[in-house]
Amino acid sequence: MADTPKVNLTIEGRPISVPPGTNLIEAAKQAGVLIPHYCYHPGLPVAGVCRMCLVEVEKAPKLAPACATAVAEGQVVHVHSEKARDARKGVLEMLLINHPLDCPICDQSGECELQDYTYQEGRADSRYREPKRFNPVEDFGGDVLYVPNRCILCTRCVRFMGDVAHDEVLNVSERGDRAFIGKFEGKDLTHAWAANVVDLCPVGALLSKDFLNKARAWELDRTASVCTGCSQGCNIIVETRDNVVMRFRPRSNESVNQFFMCDEGRLGYREFNRPTRLEVPSILGPKGHEAVDWDVALEAAARLLRGKRAYVVASPDTSNETLHLLGRLMRKSNGVGLYRVPQGPEAPLPGAPDLALRVDRAANGRGAEALGFTRSDTPFSGLKAGDALILVDQDVTGADLAAVGQASAVIVLASWMPAGLPRAEVVLPIATTVEEEGTLTNLRGRVQRFMQAKAAPGLARPSWFVASDLLGATGESAAYFTAGDVFAAMSAAHEAFAGLSYDTLGMRGLPIAGAMAGATA
Amino acid sequence: MGYPHKPHPRETVVLSEHFGAAEARSLDGWKTRGGYQALQQALGMEPTAIQQVVKDSGLRGRGGAGFPTGLKWSFMKLGDGKPHYLCCNADESEPGTFKDREIMRWTPHALIEGCAIGAYAIGAEDCYIYIRGEFTEPLEVMERACAEARAAGVTGPNAMGSGKTVNVWVHKGAGAYICGEETALMNSLEGKRGNPRIKPPFPAVAGLFGMPTTINNVETLAAVPHILNKGAEWYKKLSRPDNPKSTGTKLWSVCGNITRPGNYEVQMGFPFGEFLQDLCGGAPNGRKIKAVIPGGSSVPIITWEEAESALMDYEGMVAANTMLGSAGCIVIDDAQSMPKVIARLARFYAHESCAQCTQCREGTAWTTKILERIVAGDGTAEDFDTLLSIADNMTGKTICVLSDSCATPVVSGLQRWKHEFEALITRTTIHAVPALVG
Repeated sequence: MADTPKVNLTIEGRPISVPPGTNLIEAAKQAGVLIPHYCYHPGLPVAGVCRMCLVEVEKAPKLAPACATAVAEGQVVHVHSEKARDARKGVLEMLLINHPLDCPICDQSGECELQDYTYQEGRADSRYREPKRFNPVEDFGGDVLYVPNRCILCTRCVRFMGDVAHDEVLNVSERGDRAFIGKFEGKDLTHAWAANVVDLCPVGALLSKDFLNKARAWELDRTASVCTGCSQGCNIIVETRDNVVMRFRPRSNESVNQFFMCDEGRLGYREFNRPTRLEVPSILGPKGHEAVDWDVALEAAARLLRGKRAYVVASPDTSNETLHLLGRLMRKSNGVGLYRVPQGPEAPLPGAPDLALRVDRAANGRGAEALGFTRSDTPFSGLKAGDALILVDQDVTGADLAAVGQASAVIVLASWMPAGLPRAEVVLPIATTVEEEGTLTNLRGRVQRFMQAKAAPGLARPSWFVASDLLGATGESAAYFTAGDVFAAMSAAHEAFAGLSYDTLGMRGLPIAGAMAGATA
Repeated sequence: MGYPHKPHPRETVVLSEHFGAAEARSLDGWKTRGGYQALQQALGMEPTAIQQVVKDSGLRGRGGAGFPTGLKWSFMKLGDGKPHYLCCNADESEPGTFKDREIMRWTPHALIEGCAIGAYAIGAEDCYIYIRGEFTEPLEVMERACAEARAAGVTGPNAMGSGKTVNVWVHKGAGAYICGEETALMNSLEGKRGNPRIKPPFPAVAGLFGMPTTINNVETLAAVPHILNKGAEWYKKLSRPDNPKSTGTKLWSVCGNITRPGNYEVQMGFPFGEFLQDLCGGAPNGRKIKAVIPGGSSVPIITWEEAESALMDYEGMVAANTMLGSAGCIVIDDAQSMPKVIARLARFYAHESCAQCTQCREGTAWTTKILERIVAGDGTAEDFDTLLSIADNMTGKTICVLSDSCATPVVSGLQRWKHEFEALITRTTIHAVPALVG
């Protein structure tokens, strides 16, 4: 890489060296300068239509669109010269003349680039004295609503559907100021990745029907996480308000999901808001389940495990950390660990490399495998009489539960009581993925961190914490104070995770040993 | 008066020699008039030699920009292994311009011959003639002539027995002004929406179907056979010797308040005042010519005083504060209201804007609304500043020049006839902002 020739230029007085072919917007980003833009998006082909990114390049006769101008040796670029600012001011004024200026009732308000740049450098008043254009709101199908009056015709949505989703649904209809985003006859935004147009829209023209009028952007807390919808492991942002998950949005990661996430994963946030959570530990007593203190419940569980073979059935959404600790429990008693992977149809995003809603609808199957668990469609069938079953899953629908009766005891670690489970001696409430910290290993072996986005209800505790306490209660040494401690212990114990730590993983993750780094299908 | 008119003695008829002769439309009729000799000769020459002859002739693009044709052809990298294309821009939609229409109606084979020579000279096997959607008769004539030429082996896989492939195809546009912009034309030919493309890459590098492409105007290509037949020197001598930058003849479409409207072919550098008064008969009904738009609606409007002494070539028009453009001359007499004329021109651009670039999409419509409000007697003094400021924002900042073309008549008109605008302003304060309309 060191031999790759670089182009040297100056942007806003800052010298920068970038690879040839880089456009001025990207070069400026590296120099720490934001060139305002609307139609340009790094995940889409360049359109050059909004004319917002006009910059002054010394010795060039006209202002240059930064998105469509490649760097050149010795170039001197002025982003905030009077000429460039005047041009942008002109564009902003033009964008607003037919805009309804309805920020107070617009979902995009607070995260709107039209709002941001107008406040930053637009005119304070309007010189427009004519009637405004009006077009009615249109349902685009899927989760998408189109508000044409707010549209700035940047065509990001058209390009996404055509060039990335390869499903030509949207177009620019009509000409001049009558133009609007239209749908081709008989087509709807039903593509499995269509809702990305809502994120791509820089203004409030394309809105999520699901999120409509639910929250203001400034009320939301944002946390980096990983989608647990399938084995792709798309990087996401969990947005919460008052301890409720309001929506998931994609977080860019070039090695995993570019800038996108699928609609199924996006709506997966609802899972985490389901009511009837397990909030307190309980043990089965003479009068049924009784709520008890954590110490009591853990002690009871440890007693039930004593001298028994641990038979662990874990959800493949469980974090690497928790699975590592459960693995210790299982090995200590020569037990076994199994996981069952729910499946669904695959839905690729053709314009992005190696990106799809995967058949395996589980986030950490690869991690479970690396940590000594065995995949099985009938995980309970191997239960032998006298085995102590540890179930770490809230969903056992359709599983082969008949064998559960053979177990000496059933210890459940779950966020919701698994429906249909015939018995449980000890129930330990755990946090969900959005309520704890940990890592997941995606299908290409990339280990990625997720952060705690909200508090767990009642006495529920992070799953790694409960697994570690359970291990301690059985007499093992398991003094972990953070998920990071568990991860460190795991990387020391497992070859696959050797050399990895929370610090080195960062926010974009790293592949486990033996995984093809940046593998593309 | 019949149409086309009998040429005025001061015209120099080259391209228009056979206008009105119906039999010249047929292949035989064209051949008896010396047709396809130039193609026969060209197919025996090296492409670069043809390029050189055209370069030597000084022929420049007749579509508006006036780029030297031979130089443009030399940008095509011969032998690069890629298919090359020639596009003939017959999407003649510039208001006031109707010269290409007559070339196609009367001398379709002249264009086909020019296209075939041009295609061969740039290493292309295919030439597409993109005809404006509204041109139903020229389309019919061109299609018939193309089929005839192909059936006779003049064009096709073994053009004139040379063993070389030169195909000339006719493609009908759907009636959008913007498709006359060269990259929009290519998009339209590819079956896409006719939106101009960002340049670079330039068409000579990546044009039609992503391949090296040259695009020439009808009149440019129609002049090429004459140049090959009679030589570059002959062509240069057609025009005034004192300006070697503008050579040959130029077809002028004249319309508006003029006694004898129509197409006129005169030498480059012909005196504009004499042209309008003597050849075209001046303004009708004893009126005076007030303003002239010499080169199609996209060029600055000039006063009669400016036009009177101008010379009709690329440089002469620039010296008169305007441009030759496509030589679609619109004459406006003193009975007309300039604000009304300019509002109508702006309305055309607002209607035809492709809607890609913000300044054009919004600016053309905004300009139109203000101008129409002024014409309706509802203008204010502040509107002038706003119009000029919008025009400034619309100039030199967009992908193509449609936006600039809308600003041009507004700025040139406001500079010269501000008093006419002011006379329409009766209000002193800003009127109430109209309510949102549904």
